[in-house]
Amino acid sequence: MTYNDKVVRQFTVATVLWGIVGMLVGVLIAAQLWIPALNFDIPWLTYSRLRPLHTNAVIFAFGGCALFATSLYVVQRTCHVRLISDKLAAFVFWGWQLVIVAAAITLPLGITQSKEYAELEWPIDILIAVVWVAYAVLYIGTIIKRRVSHIYVANWFYAAFIITIALLHIVNNLSIPVSMWKSYPIYTGAVDGMVQWWYGHNAVGFFLTAGFLGMMYYYVPKQAERPIYSYRLSIVHFWALISIYMWAGPHHLQYTSLPNWLQSLGMVFSLILLAPSWGGMINGIMTLSGAWHKLRTDPILKFMIVALSFYGMSTFEGPMMSIKTVNALSHYTDWTIGHVHSGALGWVSMMTIGSLYCMIPRLVGKKEMHSVPAIDLHFWTSTIGVVLYIASMWIAGVMQGLMWRAFNDDGTLTYTFIETIAATKPYYAIRLLGGILFFGGMLIMAWNTWKTMAGAQPVEVEAAEPANWDSSAAAEGAKA
Amino acid sequence: MDGNLLRGAILVALIIGFAGMWIWAWSRKRKPEFDRAAQLPLEEDAVCDSSPGEREE
Repeated sequence: MTYNDKVVRQFTVATVLWGIVGMLVGVLIAAQLWIPALNFDIPWLTYSRLRPLHTNAVIFAFGGCALFATSLYVVQRTCHVRLISDKLAAFVFWGWQLVIVAAAITLPLGITQSKEYAELEWPIDILIAVVWVAYAVLYIGTIIKRRVSHIYVANWFYAAFIITIALLHIVNNLSIPVSMWKSYPIYTGAVDGMVQWWYGHNAVGFFLTAGFLGMMYYYVPKQAERPIYSYRLSIVHFWALISIYMWAGPHHLQYTSLPNWLQSLGMVFSLILLAPSWGGMINGIMTLSGAWHKLRTDPILKFMIVALSFYGMSTFEGPMMSIKTVNALSHYTDWTIGHVHSGALGWVSMMTIGSLYCMIPRLVGKKEMHSVPAIDLHFWTSTIGVVLYIASMWIAGVMQGLMWRAFNDDGTLTYTFIETIAATKPYYAIRLLGGILFFGGMLIMAWNTWKTMAGAQPVEVEAAEPANWDSSAAAEGAKA
Repeated sequence: MDGNLLRGAILVALIIGFAGMWIWAWSRKRKPEFDRAAQLPLEEDAVCDSSPGEREE
């Protein structure tokens, strides 16, 4: 029996490709905020249409393909078994690419449900649901057929991500179609808002967190060549994280028409969420305990540890921003954008990049990437890019919040709205520079991936032997 | 039954369940299984042993 690495290779290449496309659109709309004329008065190049294209591309195309690639790699290695079906795996790959292409066509055309991160219209939503259920069958079916008695913790995180995204996607997109490309949600008013942000926040919690924690729990030990710091902590981390995340959504709707008690509930659960988040971060970082010297020479580990550091920072920042009095200042400002990118670029992208650099050589039977100095260069461009991005958005956001709430003695507003936009302009330029640097890093990665994979023979990897250690737990040496 | 009583009961059950999960995870009996599970990512592929070498601690 061999592993099905074909689908992993396909999703890996797709990850790099869609990462470049999604981040390029991000760079363009960042430039438009600085110089609005850059939409050239072409409707499908306007900010309003390209912004959802950017978010969908980076979250579901780049992040999604990364999760598919790594989860399907990890589940086979940790279960010592091939995926249950090659045909199903191919369907998941091509089905997901079709979803991405459909999104890339419809969103610039202005076809949208107007629900953030759930903009795609009902025919595409149905396709997503079908592909996602196929993915769930493929993934969980493989776990059921496993030849290792224990289910490794990474698989728990990946499985929670798959099951929860199916639930969130289907419930939030329930709608009544009125034509081929227009539908209306079955929910109304505050209920619609609450369902949307139950979805929206758990898309962050399960797509961008649980899934990537699964990645962390496999690739950080792999690259560090050390087992995870505490396996017991990883179990508590898992159950605490998935049970608390579900309830934090209302913090997106502070000071809206949502019932006040529900806003407070969302805030309290967000604050509690700090504990499991930091438990997971500490577990990842402490895996390097006793081997810190590896950080000096291994740029892949640098990516992973910096990713975990950004995870720690943004999961501290998030609960803080959910506090109502802080939210009164931060909400609707660019601080939120800075926070999101601290998570999306700092945590999600850097963990993805590190994991891919760890996995790509193994997929083609090589020891390491074509160029290790290029990984180092990528690391520094990305890191400087993220820092410029989030620092500029923090400053811009706090400034906007303070200007918007400033009153004169007679009760009139101190600043007009346009004055706050004018004051933000220099920070938009710095943010654009940060975005360009991060995007440039992805080009370096594409070149390095090309040089590593092109022409290399795809390897067939023999599946590892069955391992049942319920009774023979003492056999420690068997591994060496 | 009073709705608040039920809510309280669920809360207590969840707290007990959470504490039970800690005890379960930290029990000495499970340590050997977890130690071996933690080694799973360190296994190298059979055909292309692409690890840079030294595995000893």
